[in-house]
Amino acid sequence: MSSVRSAPPAAPPRAPAPARPDAPRARPRPLRLGRGDRLFLTVIVGVPLLALLVFVWLPALASVGLSFTSWDGIEPSDIRWVGLDNYQEIFTNYPPFWPAVQHNVIWLLFTALLPTPFGIFLAYQLDRKIRFTRFYQTAIFLPMVLSLAVVGFIWEIIYNPDNGLLNGVLNGAAPGHHIDWLGDPDLNLWAVLIASAWRHTGYIMILYLAGLKGFDPALKEAASLDGANGRQTFLRVVFPALKPVNIIILVVTVMESLRAFDIVYVLGGGVGSKPGMELLSLLITDNIIGESSHIGYGSALAVVLLIVSLLAIGTFLAQTFRKEDQ
Amino acid sequence: MTSTVTPPAAGPRSRRAPLPDAGSSRPRRQTGRHVLLGGIAFLWLVPLLWAVYTSLRPYSDTSRHGYLSLPHSLGFENFGTAWRQSGMPHFFWNSVLITVPAVLGTLLFSAAVAFFVSRFDFRWNVVLLMLFTAGNLLPAQVLITPLYRLYLLIPLPGWMSDSFLLYNSVWGIIVIHIAYQCGFCTFVLSNYMRTIPKEITEAALVDGAPVWRQFFQIVLPLCRPAFAALATLESIWIYNDFFWSLALIETGDKRPITSALANLQGQYFTNPNLIAAGALMTAIPTLLVYFALQRQFISGLTLGSGK
Repeated sequence: MSSVRSAPPAAPPRAPAPARPDAPRARPRPLRLGRGDRLFLTVIVGVPLLALLVFVWLPALASVGLSFTSWDGIEPSDIRWVGLDNYQEIFTNYPPFWPAVQHNVIWLLFTALLPTPFGIFLAYQLDRKIRFTRFYQTAIFLPMVLSLAVVGFIWEIIYNPDNGLLNGVLNGAAPGHHIDWLGDPDLNLWAVLIASAWRHTGYIMILYLAGLKGFDPALKEAASLDGANGRQTFLRVVFPALKPVNIIILVVTVMESLRAFDIVYVLGGGVGSKPGMELLSLLITDNIIGESSHIGYGSALAVVLLIVSLLAIGTFLAQTFRKEDQ
Repeated sequence: MTSTVTPPAAGPRSRRAPLPDAGSSRPRRQTGRHVLLGGIAFLWLVPLLWAVYTSLRPYSDTSRHGYLSLPHSLGFENFGTAWRQSGMPHFFWNSVLITVPAVLGTLLFSAAVAFFVSRFDFRWNVVLLMLFTAGNLLPAQVLITPLYRLYLLIPLPGWMSDSFLLYNSVWGIIVIHIAYQCGFCTFVLSNYMRTIPKEITEAALVDGAPVWRQFFQIVLPLCRPAFAALATLESIWIYNDFFWSLALIETGDKRPITSALANLQGQYFTNPNLIAAGALMTAIPTLLVYFALQRQFISGLTLGSGK
């Protein structure tokens, strides 16, 4: 009914449109929507948008507000405004903060320099049509599929100081080793980083492999006709041409490094941050969910993490949507 | 969609494909690559195979001879025991109750937003897409305190939640998964939908089909490869989630299997063989999803990011 009524008035604007120079950009299609169509679109976009605003953006903004307060998290009436005190405390008088920042930086550098390029390398190798490629892909992607309980447990039985695989193998080669891989503050971060790299490599490999599948093979052929070897083809032709995927991978790497939480939580024994394994995400969790809640404190830590994340998000969005405007 | 059918047929042909362009040096290099890739694949499987080996051995065997020893007997007893003793069926069911609606809801909602953003030229489309994409990139810890308070304020009827609140209910976990994961899926799906020619929906429009029919009968079926890829990733992420259920569910027996297993590890701390079996069993659902959708997985991701 409504579509019949709305059809005639909608038709005229369509006709003059092509005459205007900006016609392709300002398409008059929305005008042709009937009331039923508009209602449908409003509902299907409105519901997810409402969920997003209420459950994601509202809490994110509220966290910023709470970071200027002192609160034990029990009675909302106890919230006290303290201005920048939390931030001052964190930067000057909170022992685990700077180690956590340092560990986050180590985490980022390690992930960006080892498993990420390695995943790209593997994807590049697997993209050429060879036998068993599905088996190789599956084997390397498998850790991503595993639940965290499995990942935590698997590395626990490898790193266990008494009967773990690693110490067992080391003792076979050179007896007398008794290394507490997850307990020694000088070692445990690296032990966890290995476990994390085990998962991250497969993720990057799959993302890059997907990018390579969409890559125009003619470019590669042209490069090899020009006498480029495999490495030159990759570095000069393939890698630059895959800029959109590279940006996604960069964002994934940065975000995963900043957000790193569960694998450390599980391997650290699940009770807050351990010496040597402090990370921002764990400190926030300690302060917010831990025994004695310091919500303002935790929120200020969260805002620090948020600001660093927003820098990464901003770069990503700017790159992505600049491309879209063209 | 044809790509989902071709791989088995293309297999033998594609193996021969690299040969013509690169003469006789190719086979030797292929062997080298197989050695390299095979070695890496094996290295990647070692931790997992070690867990499988541990799970197959009785505790008495390993306690007498050590974990790094040849087996005196192998069997599946640990799997049966873990299944029966730890209440795994119950926690599996909790995970199903959360994962299935959350994945379906995420895909449907994000498809709707992506459809709107990519097929109609409204002024706020880019802002809308940014809002969704950036939302998914926010660290979960940044949201948790206000979200927890919010969940304590939102009432639910008793038949939905015995706490009468969004807090400590399965619904709360589903809602936050959908709200949070929509961003990623909207981003991928809107890129994908842009590759569908506008003529297809325009033809339907000329025929007088309302927008909801274009959405459900034209655009959604065409997005099947992208849905397969996203369903794989989202099932894995949501099923494996740890943080939300830890923070937003108070009662242990309402938790999904991933966070519940942490409790079990404490409970059966003395028997790693049993825990290995239990832990491996929790991986089965995501493995099944991955193997079932594997063929579409990469091709679906491709169309989202490559072009």
